[in-house]
Amino acid sequence: MSERLTQLDVRRSLPWLVVGLLVFGALLYIVVLAEPSPDIGGNWRSTTFGSAIDDWQSFTRTLLNGLTFAALLFIVASGFSLIFGLMRVVNMAYGSFYLVGGYIAYEVQQRMTGAGFTIPGIEVSTWEWVFPAIVAAGLVGLLGLVVQQLFLSWNQGQELRQALITIAISVIIADQVIAHFNGGLASTVTWPGWTNRLVELPLLGVDYSLARLVMLFLGIAVGIALWVWLYRTRTGMVIRAGVDDLQMTSALGVNIKRTLAIAFVVGSALAAFGGVVGASQGAIAPGQDGQWLLNSLVVVIIGGMGSLLGAAVGSLLYGLTFSFSAVYLPTIGDNCCTQYSIVFTFILLALVLAFRPQGLFGKFS
Amino acid sequence: MTRDPKQITERTIGLVAVCVLLLAPALFSDYWVDVILTQMLIVGIAAASLIFLAAYGGMISLAQTALAGTAGFILGNLATVGGEGGESKGLALGWDPTLSLVIAIVGTVLIGLFFGAIAARSTGIYFLMITLTFSVIGFYFVGQVTVISGFSGIGGINRYTPGFIGDMVNDRYRLFYIALGVALFVYAVIRFVVRTPFGLSLQGVRDEPVRMSSLGYAVPLHRTLAFGLAAFFAALSGVLLVWWQGQVAPGDVGLPATIDLLVVAVIGGLARIEGAWVGALAFILIGNYIRDSWLTRLLDDLHIGGSFNTIIGLIFLLIVIVSPDGLVGLWDRLWGRIQGGGDSDATVAPAGAVPREV
Repeated sequence: MSERLTQLDVRRSLPWLVVGLLVFGALLYIVVLAEPSPDIGGNWRSTTFGSAIDDWQSFTRTLLNGLTFAALLFIVASGFSLIFGLMRVVNMAYGSFYLVGGYIAYEVQQRMTGAGFTIPGIEVSTWEWVFPAIVAAGLVGLLGLVVQQLFLSWNQGQELRQALITIAISVIIADQVIAHFNGGLASTVTWPGWTNRLVELPLLGVDYSLARLVMLFLGIAVGIALWVWLYRTRTGMVIRAGVDDLQMTSALGVNIKRTLAIAFVVGSALAAFGGVVGASQGAIAPGQDGQWLLNSLVVVIIGGMGSLLGAAVGSLLYGLTFSFSAVYLPTIGDNCCTQYSIVFTFILLALVLAFRPQGLFGKFS
Repeated sequence: MTRDPKQITERTIGLVAVCVLLLAPALFSDYWVDVILTQMLIVGIAAASLIFLAAYGGMISLAQTALAGTAGFILGNLATVGGEGGESKGLALGWDPTLSLVIAIVGTVLIGLFFGAIAARSTGIYFLMITLTFSVIGFYFVGQVTVISGFSGIGGINRYTPGFIGDMVNDRYRLFYIALGVALFVYAVIRFVVRTPFGLSLQGVRDEPVRMSSLGYAVPLHRTLAFGLAAFFAALSGVLLVWWQGQVAPGDVGLPATIDLLVVAVIGGLARIEGAWVGALAFILIGNYIRDSWLTRLLDDLHIGGSFNTIIGLIFLLIVIVSPDGLVGLWDRLWGRIQGGGDSDATVAPAGAVPREV
């Protein structure tokens, strides 16, 4: 009896042991072991910046890069998770919504500033960033409503068919984006002028881009707004009830069709808003729809479908893994090893799936 | 044996199709044999691996393109020769072509088993999402790791074929017949496997995973093994594809390529293996003959804009909405209509195309 118990304990603690060792090893490497890479050669300890103790500023910047990227991930993936959690719709056109959102904001900002191809960053006012973002979120929300009403409302429950339908829509949107937005060229939305500088962070002692901090703030703001909406309003209550049991909620006399439509619109608008933020931080280009569909998928697979907390934790884990693996992998020679950073995303995903197929905060498998 | 008129008709059509294909070099132009029919056979094999999983395992996998690409990349890295006059991209190890071929196929199957083991505990829509994620990560992997491919990919792979395969560069009919042979082999293997005890319990797992599990069947193991077998088919198509194209590049495993294969399978029909080649033929014909036809010009006339991909998307959308079982599903329904609606043909997999969720 006691022997069986021990076996059980070993089996239970094995995941934590594996994960713990990996995390400990990675931390040890980053904090102590890593060394700045020499000009020639290098060994397994050579990295871009060296250890956190040696080069505190680079470490902090990498950390902040990870956090700000996680904020963007969260803005995008929370909408994906909301739609999935409530309707069981895997919206494969979600990346396309991101792309369309970014491009709409670009076009609107171009018209507002009338500055042509490149806008001098310093001349953009806050309103000239906020208004395009609102237009983009609103229009893509409308697009989401049309897609949901036309293609997804009459086949509720046929998950794979819905996924296939949204794939078809994503193919059409991807092609239409190239045809209609800036000739399908990579395009940038410009942050408001006042964010275009570095700020010195108190306590940490590093200079950091204010625009990226704004991005972090926007992510947190979206998170708080979603939490208030889902946990402190009537609509949010209905949505949470719907996530748990859609039929029962419907049977209680709630107008569930309206709720589903609202959730889909909000989810689509979040994709578009994420697209605006992403287009401001980097650039937006055809093909990124696939990339952001992947990002959303990774986040919700890690965090669990339909969970706000899961989306937040998934974004953090993915964002930090992404940011640190790109900088703290050994740099030996020309071809090793930072180019393998994508492997870490996969390891993260495989670990979660191996031990918790439903995701860290997923409710069912 | 039943004397079902539908079955007799289908077998006749199948037999005629195989005969026509055997005589294809005499019947069709070189362009048709080399581009349309060979491509149809190769893409059909990849689609068959997807449909096999969908129809008999209830798993819609979007990793098949990535697995086919894996075989292509392994082969490209091992078989090509670097240095003067060789290929500059990839590892260019210059190993024996036969050995490289075996490693490419076995390696892909092993990778498929590994992916399958991770994904096997999920079903339905989760499975689709996880396999899609694998596939996109694979795309970024080959795109980023310049040692094994780089953005432009590896070329000239068809110059390094095993002796028993022969010259792939000049003798294009040879490749056509090899593709035909492999396609028939894959079809036969699938038809055989689904009748074995493993195939039957796999279909049990598809329909009633909970019941099968409580009967003592290892549900994840069945799914994993099925995934491994499908990876084998995908590997075969991947090898043929690099011989046909001569090269392999990250674009071969990108999201558009992944979706194309899904479109092929859905156009053909996810419920029956035959749909793989039907869908491939339809897709390639559309791709070759609608690209610059009145349909794409119609887009401009209506001021919608866009290219061939919009048409493909619209056709795909139409098929998913009108007939989720694809062209083969239409055919099945047509026969159901003729026979008075009482279609109880067992070959029409009941839950194949759109597996029910528990």
